[in-house]
Amino acid sequence: MIKVTIDDVEVEVAEGTTILNAARMIGGDVVPPAMCYYSKLPDTGGKCRTCLVEVAAGSTKDPRPMPKLVVSCSTPVQDGMVVKNKTSERVHENRGAVVEFLLINHPLDCPVCDQVGECHLQDLGFEHGAEKTRYEEERRTFDPIDIGNKIKLHMNRCILCYRCVAVANQLTDKRVHGVLHRGEHAEISTYIESAVENDFSGNMIDVCPVGALTDKTFRFKSRVWFLKPMEAECECTKCSGKVVVWQFGNEIYRVTARKDRYGEVEDQDGKAGWICNDCRFDKKDLSDWNIIGPRTIDRHSVISQGNYESPRTSIKKVK
Amino acid sequence: MGRRLLLEHDNVAGIETFDVYRKNGGYRSVEKALKSMSPELVLEEVQKSGLRGRGGAGFPTGMKWSFLAKPEGVPRYLLCNADESEPGTFKDRYLMEKIPHLLIEGMIVSSFALGANQSYIYIRGEYMWILDILEKAIAEAYDKGFLGKNILGSGFDHDLSVAPGGGAYICGEETALIESLEGKRGNPRMKPPFPAVKGLYGCPTVVNNVESIAAVVPIINDGGEEYAKIGLGKSTGTKLISACGNLVRPGVYEIEMGITVEEFIYGDDYCRGIANGKKLKACVPGGSSVPILPHYLVTKTAAGEDRLMTYESLADGGFASGSMLGSGGFIVFDEDQCIVRNTWNFARFYAHESCGQCSPCREGTGWMEKVLHRLEHGQGNLRDIDLLAEINKKIEGNTICPLGDAAAWPVAAAIRHFRDEFEWHVNEREESQKRNYGLIREPQSIA
Ligand SMILES: Cc1cc2nc3c(=O)[nH]c(=O)nc-3n(C[C@H](O)[C@H](O)[C@H](O)COP(=O)(O)O)c2cc1C
Ligand code: SF4
Ligand code: SF4
Ligand code: FES
Repeated sequence: MIKVTIDDVEVEVAEGTTILNAARMIGGDVVPPAMCYYSKLPDTGGKCRTCLVEVAAGSTKDPRPMPKLVVSCSTPVQDGMVVKNKTSERVHENRGAVVEFLLINHPLDCPVCDQVGECHLQDLGFEHGAEKTRYEEERRTFDPIDIGNKIKLHMNRCILCYRCVAVANQLTDKRVHGVLHRGEHAEISTYIESAVENDFSGNMIDVCPVGALTDKTFRFKSRVWFLKPMEAECECTKCSGKVVVWQFGNEIYRVTARKDRYGEVEDQDGKAGWICNDCRFDKKDLSDWNIIGPRTIDRHSVISQGNYESPRTSIKKVK
Repeated sequence: MGRRLLLEHDNVAGIETFDVYRKNGGYRSVEKALKSMSPELVLEEVQKSGLRGRGGAGFPTGMKWSFLAKPEGVPRYLLCNADESEPGTFKDRYLMEKIPHLLIEGMIVSSFALGANQSYIYIRGEYMWILDILEKAIAEAYDKGFLGKNILGSGFDHDLSVAPGGGAYICGEETALIESLEGKRGNPRMKPPFPAVKGLYGCPTVVNNVESIAAVVPIINDGGEEYAKIGLGKSTGTKLISACGNLVRPGVYEIEMGITVEEFIYGDDYCRGIANGKKLKACVPGGSSVPILPHYLVTKTAAGEDRLMTYESLADGGFASGSMLGSGGFIVFDEDQCIVRNTWNFARFYAHESCGQCSPCREGTGWMEKVLHRLEHGQGNLRDIDLLAEINKKIEGNTICPLGDAAAWPVAAAIRHFRDEFEWHVNEREESQKRNYGLIREPQSIA
């Protein structure tokens, strides 16, 4: 075990732990936001740069500060490392810049976007963004396309986190989607729009931090905070069958995996609780499910405001 | 004229063929290394030579080689970076086109030192005709027993192949090159792990520039100490410079490190001055990624000393008043050139070439390009100039690979030294479209 200090809080972690995961062990607002890293998907992270932190001391052995900010999701801690997240003015400034970069080409079409209430970019913009944009140029646009018959892609909203590419690479047997082109013109696409037909492709929707990938069986049906999230399970031969069903009255509007406070799928029976497309898209009848009870959405989302006991808001201005 | 170690025979008729190359002393270093030296000894000579990587960063080659991990039973690879796509840089092209066997010879000796039985030359996709030249030369080398099994009876096996590039500047970044060679999209990897530990197919790998590998040949022939006698301080040996822009005699030159910039631009042996009797306005001494220097900082440093063609002297003054030797792409602008237009041109290149993986580079390069485009076309505002400075500060240091920095530095330097010209593009919208601002005034004091 090695010791690391993050924002003046000390924690002991196993060797090889990243700064981000060490911060998650402390919890609360020392945890940097992560838009591309996804602990259940190996090789994700490093891309969005929202999780930048300052390393004020590299280790006990070599206590020099690191000159550049580092990505906490991909930088392993060293014994005696001192990290500054919310206590660093540099982090505050540069994270603000990253948020600005992520937003300059974003359509800001939240009023018509299904992700509202669950959108990590909204949260990020709320916590670290500026009130006004300095971007006077034309925003890049794409037409929405279908990724298979159940998933809609709004490329305009995509932040190119590559999580869905990782799902395609790691969960599905034959990858038919990925990134085309470069730079500003890079886009998620199925090659020549061939459909993604795979039992686990729907998990792309769950990993997408924004409203770029949405569930066609749910689109435009309801705002998520009008729905009742309930833990449910069924006998499924393809996946764990442990899900959250989102009800309006007795009707099931949508089915998702069970996600933790960081928006990542929880482990079920010892492995990542990805759910299959049958459970997600086809089992929309109450009789398909054994309803266990209400699900607390453990994020500082508007969803948790209306429901259940205390709203878990951890939103604080950094300054 | 200084000594020429690489291009000594570039004008010998038929030097691209094995026989002529061999008659002119070719492949001696392979014989010497394989017959009378151990891999460790070859490494030692390279370390003694002080050779620094010629691909842009100037990292000591011997040190890079010494970092190569050597786990039992795992193959090691040497990759030659011939992706040469930096605007203003065309030295590797000249070397490979003229003397392909020099690179092959360097690949064999270097691979011997590293214990690599397979190496690749990853060549820029637009250099297709050079791919043919190299393949022909490689076939000859196989034929003569310098490649393949048990080379010269030494027991050392080596195979060398050429791989055409993926058609992007970013594939010249060493980890993107590896991804591309593996058949994937050329996105740079995050480091660590470094290629020396986990490179091609997860195996220890060294990536070196064409010129670095070619320089190993004279180092082994004459000894590392001899090589280190040329040059100045930590800039040893000779360096290929591709000179372009408004020069009387642009072209590829092999210089001894340490000659003055003055001599290189104006000397009879080199570029012979600015074309058409014009005055020098600015110079980008090391390829498009390095800071631009205004005329009063090109031949002299801010301290008033002669600027030399070395890593140290070109960087003298840091970002405030210096630049970098970079890849040796030496671009010269005369008084008629528009710096705003040029800055936009470079920015357009980086926006086009960003792989798009990380947000600051993907979004920031595109943003800068658009703002510069407006400024250049007389549609900008004064606040755009500050905005540009602000954007590039937020890209710099916050990205996965150095392309982000490479995109930010030229813009930062142009604004630092040529702010008046940028403001002129805002204040004199119509007049500035003639793009004839002329020379920038020398500031009273240079910080
Ligand atoms: C965007 C980018 C493009 C690059 N392109 C080239 C190139 O075309 N040729 C090259 O030799 N090095 C290039 N480099 C540098 C390589 O990453 C690497 O440092 C170099 O090949 C190492 O060789 P050296 O040590 O012999 O210089 C590039 C780096 C970056 C970040
Ligand atoms: S579609 Fe969503 S998951 Fe995929 S790269 Fe874009 S933002 Fe990430
Ligand atoms: S800095 Fe630019 S080119 Fe390099 S990895 Fe990031 S997006 Fe790609
Ligand atoms: S979460 Fe670390 S870079 Fe995106």
